[in-house]
Amino acid sequence: MGQEILELIGSSLWMIVGIALIFALYLAISGVCYFVWGLYSRGREKAKGYTSLKTVTFGDESAVVANRIASIAAVIAIFLIWGVATGSKLTPNLLPGPVEGTVSFEYTATNAAGETGTGRIDMLVHQFGEKPEVPPVAAEDGDFAMNQSLIVAQRRKALIKTQADEGFAFTEIDGQAVSPGETVNFDGGNVFVTTRGSLSVEPDVGLTMEALYLPPPEAVWSRFIDLNKNGYQGVGLWENVFWSLIRVVIGFALGCLFGIPLGFAMGLNGWLRGWFDPIVEFMRPVPPLALIPLIIIWFGIGEQGKISLLFLAALWIMTIAARAGVSGVSISKVHAAYSLGATKRQILSKVILPNSLPEIFTGARVAMGVCWGTVVAAELVAAEKGAGKMIIAASKFQLTDIVIIGIIIIGVIGYGIDMIMRGAENKLVPWKGRG
Amino acid sequence: MSGLTINDVSMTFELPNGGSVEALKNINLNIKEGELLSVLGPSGCGKTTLLNILAGFLAPTGGEIDLNGDKVVGPHPARGMVFQQGALFEWMSVEENIGFGPSMKGTPKAEIAASVEELLGIVGLQDFGQKMIYELSGGMQQRVALARCLCNDPDVILMDEPLGALDALTREKMQSLVLDIWKKTGKTIILITHSVEEALLLGERLLVMAPRPGRVHKEYRLPFAELGVGADLREVKRHKDFGPTRDEILNMIWDMEEEIMGRTETA
Ligand SMILES: Nc1ncnc2c1ncn2[C@@H]1O[C@H](COP(=O)(O)OP(=O)(O)OP(=O)(O)O)[C@@H](O)[C@H]1O
Ligand SMILES: [Mg+2]
Repeated sequence: MGQEILELIGSSLWMIVGIALIFALYLAISGVCYFVWGLYSRGREKAKGYTSLKTVTFGDESAVVANRIASIAAVIAIFLIWGVATGSKLTPNLLPGPVEGTVSFEYTATNAAGETGTGRIDMLVHQFGEKPEVPPVAAEDGDFAMNQSLIVAQRRKALIKTQADEGFAFTEIDGQAVSPGETVNFDGGNVFVTTRGSLSVEPDVGLTMEALYLPPPEAVWSRFIDLNKNGYQGVGLWENVFWSLIRVVIGFALGCLFGIPLGFAMGLNGWLRGWFDPIVEFMRPVPPLALIPLIIIWFGIGEQGKISLLFLAALWIMTIAARAGVSGVSISKVHAAYSLGATKRQILSKVILPNSLPEIFTGARVAMGVCWGTVVAAELVAAEKGAGKMIIAASKFQLTDIVIIGIIIIGVIGYGIDMIMRGAENKLVPWKGRG
Repeated sequence: MSGLTINDVSMTFELPNGGSVEALKNINLNIKEGELLSVLGPSGCGKTTLLNILAGFLAPTGGEIDLNGDKVVGPHPARGMVFQQGALFEWMSVEENIGFGPSMKGTPKAEIAASVEELLGIVGLQDFGQKMIYELSGGMQQRVALARCLCNDPDVILMDEPLGALDALTREKMQSLVLDIWKKTGKTIILITHSVEEALLLGERLLVMAPRPGRVHKEYRLPFAELGVGADLREVKRHKDFGPTRDEILNMIWDMEEEIMGRTETA
C-alpha cells in the first residue's frame, strides 16, 4: 500500500516534468510567433473601437480580446509539431527518422581452432509492412567467417546467430572489440552481443514517432479519405457518427421531456419537491458512466440501454436547470402578474416558463455535452455502430489513424453541438443577462 | 361602502430564532375613491409590508381590508401594483407588457391594441411599442410599468418607491406624469416613497409612519398635489408652506431614525 502510493507520487512527479517540458516547448513556439507577429504588425495594425481606447487592460477582463492570429498560429503549430514528430513528408525533416536502405558492418570472429576470420553483414532496412527481396550476399573472402545478408523492418531488431556450435565467438565489430553483454555502434545502427554469443542488430530508429503511436498527418488524411469511401468494418464513417448523434438526440430529448416538467413541479410544489429531492440529489453526483455496467446488466448491449443511459444523463441536469429556473423568477414579476389578473396556468406559461428559459438553455448545453461524452463512452463498452465503437474496434487492430480521426470528429461535433445550442440561445433568449 | 378601508390591521412576523417583529400594529385608515395618498417613514417601519397586505400578497395577522365593501383575500386586478423595478417581463415587447392584463382576461386583440396605443401616448412612449424591455432606459421602463398597471384599469394603484431608482431629472418628469394620470383617470393612488419632497408633491394626504411597532405617526392634508397638476413642480416647491412642512417632516423622521439607532446601540 505505502509502496504503491510512493510509486504513484513518483510517477506523478515525472508527469509534471514531462508536461512542463511539452508546455515549455509549446510556449516557446508561441513566443517566437509572437515576436514574428510583432515585427510584422508594428505600425500596421491600427486598433479600432472603444476597447482600444482603454488604458487599463491588464486586469480588465472585458478588454482582453482573443488574438485570432494567435489562434490560427497555434493550430498551425500543432500540425507542424505533429508533422515533425512523426517525420511527415509535409513538414521539414527536423528530426532524423529511422534508417532506410542498406546498412552494413564487418565483423571479426574466432573459431574453435583458434583461427581468426572476417565476414560482412548487409542489412536492407525496409518500411514496416513491406517485403523486399533479400539482397545478394557479398563475395566470400574464403575464411570460415561467412558473409550474410538479410532484411529487417524499421524499428525492429535482427538476430544473427553464431555460425558454429562450439568455439565460435564474435570479437570485433567494424574494428571495435566486443564481448558478450556489450553493445557497440556501427554506421547506421548498433549491435548487442548476447550472452549466448549471437548478435542482436538494431538499425538506428531516429527520433521520430512510430506510426503505431502517432501516424503522420498525411497518413491520417488518406485514411480519412479511405474511410469516407469504404467505411470501417462494413460501416460508413458518417453512418457511425450518425448513430452516435441520433442516440444523443433521442436521449437528450427524452431527458428534456421528463426533466423540465419535473423541475417545474419541484419548483412549484412542496410535496413534489420533497418527494423527488432524495432521488435527484442522489443521482446528480453519480456520473452516468458509473451506470454503464448496471445498464448493460439490465438492458444488454442494445439501443435501449444506451438511450436509457443518455436519458438518465440528461434527466437530472434538465430537472435541476428547470428547478433553478423557477426559483430564479423574481417574486415581483409573479406578484405583478397576479395583480394583473393572471391565473396560475397563465403564470406558469407566460411568466415562469419564459423566465426560466435562460437557465434551461444553460442546462441543455451542459446536458448535450455530457450526453455526447457519455454516448462515446457507452459505445466503447458495447455497440455495433457509432463513433465510439469505431475507435475502440480500430484500437484493437492498432489502427491508430482511425482512432485519431474518430477523436477529431468527436471533438469537432461536440464543439458544433455547443455552437448550435449557443446560437439557439441567442435567438430564443435575447434578453439573457440583460434583465 | 366605497373606498379602501384598513380595519385595525396588524402584522407580526415570527422570526426563526423565536422572537417576533411587530411590523404593523393596529393600523386604521380610510382611503376615499380618487384619493392620492403618499406614505413616508424611516426604513423598516412597515411601509412595504402594508402595501403587500393591501395588494393581497400577504395576509395580516390581525384585522382586515375592504375595497368597495369586498374583503381583500388575495391579489386582484382591482388593485394594481407598480414595483420599483425588475417586475417587467423581459421576454415581451413594450406593447405586450402593457397589454398583459387585458390579454390574460381574453380581451379582443383590437381592443387591447387601441388602449395600449393610447397609454403609450399618455406615458410618452409612442415610438417604443415594438421595442424590447432591455432596450429601454430605467425611466422608460418605469413608464411602461405604470402603463401596464393602468391598462388593466384597476380601482387602486399601489406604488412601492416606483421612482426610487431614477435620476433627479427623470424623477421630476415622472412625478408630473403621476399627477397627470391621477387627475385624468381619477384613480385611488397609494404611493410609498423615501423622498420627503416627493411625498409632499404626490400626496393630497400624507402619512408619516413610525417604526417598532409600525404605526401611523402623523397625517397631513396638503394642497401641493392639486397645485402641481399641469404645473411646474419647481414652482410648487417654492410655495410658502412647502419648505416649512418639508423641514418639519424631515426632523420628525430624523428623530425617529436617531431613536432607532440609539436603541440598537444600547440593545
Ligand atoms: N418576511 C419577513 N420576515 C420577518 N420580518 C420581516 C419580513 N418582512 C419584513 N419584516 C420586518 O418588518 C419590518 C417592516 O419591514 P418593511 O419591509 O415593511 O419596511 P419598509 O418600511 O418598507 O422599509 P424600507 O423603507 O427599508 O423599504 C422590518 O423590521 C422588517 O425587518
Ligand atoms: Mg420597503
